[in-house]
Amino acid sequence: MSFDFTAEGPKLMMLVYGIVAFAAVVGLLLLVLDVLPSHKDRWVALGLLAPAGLLLLVGLIVPAVRTLILAFMDADSDEFVGLDNFIWMFTDKNSGMLPDFGADPVQYGVLLSTFLWVLLVPTVSTSVGLVYAVLVDRARFESFAKSLIFMPMAISFVGAGIIWKFVYEYRQEGAPQIGLLNQIVVAFGGTPQQWLLDGPWNTLFLIAVMVWIQAGFAMVVLSAAIKAIPADIVEAARLDGVTPWQMFWQVTIPSIRPALVVVMVTISIGTLKIFDIVRTMTGGQFGTSVVANEMYTYSFRADENGKGAALAVLLFVLVIPIVIYQVRVVRRRRLEGAR
Amino acid sequence: MASNRQRRLLALSGAVALALTVAACGGSSGGTSEGKLDTPECAAFADYTGIAGETVTIYSPIRDAEAGLLEQAWAKFADCTGVKIEYEGSGEFEAQLKVRVAGGDAPDLAFIPQPGLLEFFAKGGKLKAAGEKTKAMATQNFAPDWLKYATIDGTLYGAPLGANVKSFVWYSPSLFKEKGWKIPQTWDEMITLSNTMAAAGIKPWCAGIGSQDATGWPATDWIEDVLLREQGPDVYDQWVAHTIPFNDQRIVSATDRVGSILKNEKYVNGGIGGVKSIATTTFQDGGLPVVQKKCGMHRQASFYANQWPQGTKVAEDGDAFAFYLPAIDPAKGKPVLGGGEFVAAFTDGDAVQAVQTYLASADFANSRAKLNNWISANKGLDVANVANPIDKVAVGILQDTGAVFRFDGSDLMPAAVGANSFWKGMTDWINGKDTKATLDFIEASWPK
Repeated sequence: MSFDFTAEGPKLMMLVYGIVAFAAVVGLLLLVLDVLPSHKDRWVALGLLAPAGLLLLVGLIVPAVRTLILAFMDADSDEFVGLDNFIWMFTDKNSGMLPDFGADPVQYGVLLSTFLWVLLVPTVSTSVGLVYAVLVDRARFESFAKSLIFMPMAISFVGAGIIWKFVYEYRQEGAPQIGLLNQIVVAFGGTPQQWLLDGPWNTLFLIAVMVWIQAGFAMVVLSAAIKAIPADIVEAARLDGVTPWQMFWQVTIPSIRPALVVVMVTISIGTLKIFDIVRTMTGGQFGTSVVANEMYTYSFRADENGKGAALAVLLFVLVIPIVIYQVRVVRRRRLEGAR
Repeated sequence: MASNRQRRLLALSGAVALALTVAACGGSSGGTSEGKLDTPECAAFADYTGIAGETVTIYSPIRDAEAGLLEQAWAKFADCTGVKIEYEGSGEFEAQLKVRVAGGDAPDLAFIPQPGLLEFFAKGGKLKAAGEKTKAMATQNFAPDWLKYATIDGTLYGAPLGANVKSFVWYSPSLFKEKGWKIPQTWDEMITLSNTMAAAGIKPWCAGIGSQDATGWPATDWIEDVLLREQGPDVYDQWVAHTIPFNDQRIVSATDRVGSILKNEKYVNGGIGGVKSIATTTFQDGGLPVVQKKCGMHRQASFYANQWPQGTKVAEDGDAFAFYLPAIDPAKGKPVLGGGEFVAAFTDGDAVQAVQTYLASADFANSRAKLNNWISANKGLDVANVANPIDKVAVGILQDTGAVFRFDGSDLMPAAVGANSFWKGMTDWINGKDTKATLDFIEASWPK
């Protein structure tokens, strides 16, 4: 299929309108501010912040408040039901949120799966990225090696999900395997497995995809931080005769701690919201579902607005501690910097 | 001050741009092309006057090649009347349609394959009732059995478009001929044949229920087909309407009968793997082992004809063909499970109603059927225009007055069940969960 510019005319015009309108609004704003007495800094600040504030209000605050209200209403958003949706979430075993080890097959539950994701993706991605960054630092082929691991970052989650679905593809024993992983297993004399079917391993196979994507991000940020370690510290440590092991744990790690925190926090928040990979690869079946996937399913497929919104609120509540932690770290660093 | 002047210049250019935008928005009417209804080749569309230059948007779950054929089918209508039809197909149709409607961005027309979803929009006051002409066209061309699925509280909201017959079992005629197997006429004969196949070293059944976020639906069709045969259409209607619980003993019995095939390691999953491989195999791949002669039979709708590899001859003497899934109890008649899309309108302009009416006409049905791989329950559809042998059989079943037609139940149930827990439950069921626990889970999810 080729891209036909003439057929996309209306969409392209829409794009042009958008850009022109943006320029017009900004231009008008500057013009107004220019005419106003220029010493009123407060007016200038307000004027410049207003468009962003308005967009935030429309695009973030209003939907957030509405979602919060919907979470306490019934499926059709007609009546208030109090905490029913949350009670359902945490007590009804049919909600699938909590583990049920008595069930056959064992149900691990959405919360446990989500917890596994949040525990493993940031730690493994950061560790892999860090080790890789240290290993290739100042090596001859550094930029090539770095671009290799960074490349998955350029692939969308959905794209990555489709690629890895092929990697995990299963064909019965004896038939030609089209999945890379099963082909490797067969080449070593094993029997092909249905990787995405049995818990809790299937969740780990999905997590591997996210790690594959995020390790590149961690590596790039940490590599930059390592390069920014003052040379005199490294030199002093060398003169003191440290081993590479001591160098890593007592010089490198403490020096790049802020970068480590930023990487971990960023990946953690991204992981809590993970949706695309699960949806593309298993659709949340076989006990691999996560909170964001359930939220989408209940809101948009099952006509259960209340439950969907309640799940969104849960996700929001889970993200808050991580955000607070990050804000505190940033604030402490600013204080230290001021001292 | 230089910077000040620059700022002013920028602001001025911005204001000019704004003026231009306004001008551009205002000037987009003009230049409508008049239709050519008075020309002889357009005589068939003489009724559709006065809609030249109008645009009608259609949103639908039908994509790719199938979508191209639809557009081809109404091209002449559009050309003659001068109406412009903007068609958009989406793989996430069900979810996105709700998002679009809730966001005030509803299409003019939507092809809705779930009567449950249609009812949802109708009750929400989002749909426009079918206009007089559409209604006349629909009642003329479609049986009440079909129209009742688009009629909510006595109001008709649209006519059916395409149709499919689900009660089919695909097989390989050449393999059957090789082995001397006969097409089973009763359920018992089918089970006997399954055992014969298994003894001959060919797994008799294959299936795949994977379908991205709709994973599980092919298994729900199995349950519906068997329930319809085991208990008859009345119990089926009660089950769909939830006047009997989802975990009723009769449903358990039907599910277990399906389990005696789908969860039987001796029977499945021909050419693919064991029982659990059904859950991870896509429905598109589920029947392919039939033409490789590694699997005896595959229960799937008529539309599976599109899934065979290129070059497969779909005919009674070819590589793949289908027989009617036999009745369990002949006294309960000849049940047919099927599905289809309904053309519902979110706006009610003249052009929208004209297109809606045209899509219900025999003219459109024949125009589309001629392009292959498509059938409809439209009574005006001439079997001679249906090229595909399997489609001919399906049209025969749809137009057979002795058959008892029932719409795919999961499309009629509330979305919380029909588009969520039923699919999920059946997927878990294939993956080892027992029947009672599965049906209890689905029953619990039925909206109170």
